[in-house]
Amino acid sequence: MIDEGRERRAQVTPPKLELRRVSKTFQANGMTVQALEDISFRVSSGEFVTLIGPSGSGKSTLFNLIVGLLEPDQGEIWLDGEHCLQRTGRVGYMPQRDLLLPWRTVLDNAAIPLELRGVPRHAARTRARAMLPLFGLEAFAEVYPATLSGGMRQRAALLRTILTDRDVLLLDEPFGALDALTRQELQDWLLRLWGRLQQTVLFITHDVEEALYLADHVIVLSARPGRVVKTLTVSLPRPRRRGMIASPEFGRQMAELLQALGVEV
Amino acid sequence: MPPVLLIAAAILAWQLIAMVSGLSSFILPSPLQVLQAGWRTRHLLGQAIVTTMVETILGLAIALVLGVALAAAMDMVGFLRRALYPILVASQTVQILAIAPLLIIWFGFGLLPKVIIVVLVTFFPLAVSTADGLASADPDQVALLNAMGAARRQVWRMVRLPAALPSFFSGLRIAVTYSVVGATIGEWVGGSAGLGLYMLRSKNALATDQVFVAIVITTALSIGLFALVYLIERALLPWYYTTQRVEQWEETGIY
Repeated sequence: MIDEGRERRAQVTPPKLELRRVSKTFQANGMTVQALEDISFRVSSGEFVTLIGPSGSGKSTLFNLIVGLLEPDQGEIWLDGEHCLQRTGRVGYMPQRDLLLPWRTVLDNAAIPLELRGVPRHAARTRARAMLPLFGLEAFAEVYPATLSGGMRQRAALLRTILTDRDVLLLDEPFGALDALTRQELQDWLLRLWGRLQQTVLFITHDVEEALYLADHVIVLSARPGRVVKTLTVSLPRPRRRGMIASPEFGRQMAELLQALGVEV
Repeated sequence: MPPVLLIAAAILAWQLIAMVSGLSSFILPSPLQVLQAGWRTRHLLGQAIVTTMVETILGLAIALVLGVALAAAMDMVGFLRRALYPILVASQTVQILAIAPLLIIWFGFGLLPKVIIVVLVTFFPLAVSTADGLASADPDQVALLNAMGAARRQVWRMVRLPAALPSFFSGLRIAVTYSVVGATIGEWVGGSAGLGLYMLRSKNALATDQVFVAIVITTALSIGLFALVYLIERALLPWYYTTQRVEQWEETGIY
């Protein structure tokens, strides 16, 4: 039912994020490397989309383009139905490394995006503090990142991303460096959080199971140059539960994704 | 603790050798005799210490402003960095003892040439360490803030400056230990007051015990400044002195 509502909204409003035939080439040491070739896709408001591809398929480059740290050689990036040239600050971005500032406590790290927008320090801290319980960080407000575990660092980085107050979140392999148990725990936690906050999420991963378990749609990129080789709509109902991974439907779609990635099934 | 014990043992050994060897106190005064000489000349010493410290602190303050400003300029303008960095390094091979007499000839026997010498010896570690510190900021952290729409000034305040502080303080620690020596050299070469002059006069009067007094006091002043900087650093950079790191340093004996 929720999904139906979402789909109906998607038809009347323009896509939250749209890439139209985006290409990007890098010059390095006299060599030309094409990172992305002719990438097009749409993400509707409130959707959870995962991007999967082998390493070197330009996933992070794609994010840097959407965030506005890079400009495409060809193609256009649209946000909220608007061809967007000045994009920095328009979407929430969580890079692969947590990049927490070691000289700021967890609370002050989370409050950075608020401070950047000119929210007074005290007000910014109050707002960030109110969010800590949701992220399981209430006991660590005044702790420096160096003493946190990997899972806690990622949650702090995600809180910082959410406090950008953007309704599109780009998450670049946020759980890639975590052990399997912590990763599963954070996946379920992220889905619950997304259910509450209703943001649009674009999520990079190199883990097929993770891509399928989290997403409404999975976009598969090829190896360099990155091209969209498949877009898959996940047939699992929401809310997701761990047990679904064992279902035949999950296995079938996983085989489909692996095939698109060129893995023998 | 181990360094303190070692020094105490060394002083004890010195005292014993001075007593047993039969060397005249003109060659090797015992620690006790040095102590007595210090007490005997305490009024002279008091004035000398004040003079030397005024020169030192003034010189350090000026070097601090100039060094940090130059480091920031080098960081912002790539051309300046490429042009100045090698010159800064090369400038350190010029002997301060060779420059000191020139400064006395140009600026007289007063405060100014000593302050200039302190600036010259402390400016380099400050400028270079601050420049290195500014360059050490994680480019990904800068990119993240840019992606959040941060202004240049905000990136400086939140990332570049805090990232530069540990390196800056290493430079400052080196600078303060050089500074007292710099001031003393200036006074030695041509001064009307200060610990350098005290040392020179004691040497000329063959008062070896007083020469030792001057050595001990300049060393103590340097260590005192070093400790002061260390305390300020501890207070300002609580994130850098996390418990693990300090334990690790203690094991390797850095502190």
